[in-house]
Amino acid sequence: MSAETVLAIEGLQKSFDVEVLKGISLTLEPSEVVCLIGASGSGKSTLLRCVNLLEPIQAGRIEFLGEEITAPGVDVDHVRRRIGIVFQAFNLFPHMSVLKNITLGLTKVLKTPQAQADQEAADLLARFGLADKRSEYPDRLSGGQQQRVAIVRALAMRPELMLLDEVTSALDPELVAEVLDVIRGLATSGMTMLIATHEMSFARDIANRVCFLHDGVILEEGPPAEIFSAPTNERTQQFLQRIIEAGRL
Amino acid sequence: MRTHGASGSRSTLIALASTVVFALVVVLVVSNSPGWPEVQRQFFNGEFFRESLRVIPKAFLLNVRIFLIAEVFILVFALFIAILRSLPGPVFFPLRALAIVYTDFFRGVPTILVIYLLGFGAPALQISGIPRDELFWGVVALVLVYSAYVSEVYRAGIESVHPSQEAAARSLGLSQAKTLRYVIVPQAVRRVVPPLLNDFIGLQKDTALVALLGPVEAFRQSQIEVASNFNYTPYLVTAILFVLLTIPLARLTDWLVIRDRRRQLALGAAR
Ligand SMILES: Nc1ncnc2c1ncn2[C@@H]1O[C@H](COP(=O)(O)OP(=O)(O)O)[C@@H](O)[C@H]1O
Ligand SMILES: [Mg+2]
Repeated sequence: MSAETVLAIEGLQKSFDVEVLKGISLTLEPSEVVCLIGASGSGKSTLLRCVNLLEPIQAGRIEFLGEEITAPGVDVDHVRRRIGIVFQAFNLFPHMSVLKNITLGLTKVLKTPQAQADQEAADLLARFGLADKRSEYPDRLSGGQQQRVAIVRALAMRPELMLLDEVTSALDPELVAEVLDVIRGLATSGMTMLIATHEMSFARDIANRVCFLHDGVILEEGPPAEIFSAPTNERTQQFLQRIIEAGRL
Repeated sequence: MRTHGASGSRSTLIALASTVVFALVVVLVVSNSPGWPEVQRQFFNGEFFRESLRVIPKAFLLNVRIFLIAEVFILVFALFIAILRSLPGPVFFPLRALAIVYTDFFRGVPTILVIYLLGFGAPALQISGIPRDELFWGVVALVLVYSAYVSEVYRAGIESVHPSQEAAARSLGLSQAKTLRYVIVPQAVRRVVPPLLNDFIGLQKDTALVALLGPVEAFRQSQIEVASNFNYTPYLVTAILFVLLTIPLARLTDWLVIRDRRRQLALGAAR
């Protein structure tokens, strides 16, 4: 591939009280979509938070578009504005209208003039079917709408990489589809994404590659067809078996 | 909790009746006590009451002014202290420690002592450029003491904002300072308005302590009146004025608390 590798993680180790990530290596090429699957507590969220520099790491390195962002002295705010993250619990700012949620980063970080920021936000909201929600406060929206606003908020910063952390896990089943559709649209538009998810059929559809994370280690990695149909690792097989039994694949 | 319709007006009636009965009993007990005629003469004299009403409210304006000025500085200074105290990381340890020492000290020392120490101590230093006005130092003392309390209120508010809000803000590239300013502090302040108003009710009363330094505010004025007439009615007038000033704030606080609770209930129901 001629374009520059977007994300290169090497030997990443992260501990809280105990070691949570035990040497993770992973790369994402431009427009690649990689899904992280694995049991709850396997370290998916922690990995995403490390990439966005929300957590300090103990060993290893992370390169973003050729720059080592885990090196000392790196401007973390500059890195974060170029990497979008969407959280399981939306984390919208409850004291701000939908429009303000989206323009905050534009005006205070990118220094976009307010009028232009409002316009950009309004355009994005329209694109994601949220045009009539711009003046609402988050607590007046459904979970699906909140999560779509959170995605728009991240997109407004024109990130070069998106991190999605189980963005449908907090949603009622009937609201999952609208959010997954938005993410499919992003993939089609060529966004590079690292996605932690429990939606296996979604992962099979959308991912170029699937990584099975177990106990802080990537045990198996490959195209979705391989991982879901013919997993070689015993733990991957067990995990998928449980998912199938739960009726989620 | 339905308070409209027939049952509403009935409970209002019951409340009214029981209040009247209660008040009657208190009045009867007090007015039949052996010392009542003397107390009535000393504290409830109509003539002195009217005379006090001519001078004390004017002096009371000074209390209101002290209160308003101190309040503005407390709101700003206390927030500053609270933010110092919530700075993360080992680099900021000295600032955090300073903020802790400050709040510990000014919450620990009796207000009256701070007022004496500053009001008589600071002017005595005779440093040029430092005001010698007692009123100034009285206000400074109140600001220092109440900022210690109010900063703790702010801090509780800041800590009540979930860490995921900070993560969301930082992930957009907002700096620590901008995250505080646009995301954390606005949410924190909204949550602490009722306890904040509560502290201000205390401050309204403590404006009377500035009298100890000399300025003639309502309490000092009533002392003067009492001394010249040998009658305590002026104190009663002053007490009434303070209560009247407090009532609006107290009701506002109640109303905010109730509104918040309703909002939470409505949100809970929507989920
Ligand atoms: N802030 C934290 N402090 C201590 N332990 C944590 C913290 N965050 C996550 N962990 C631990 O790290 C492990 C991985 O958690 P997480 O990354 O959230 O897993 P996942 O997202 O795959 O469910 C868990 O055992 C969790 O308890
Ligand atoms: Mg998680």
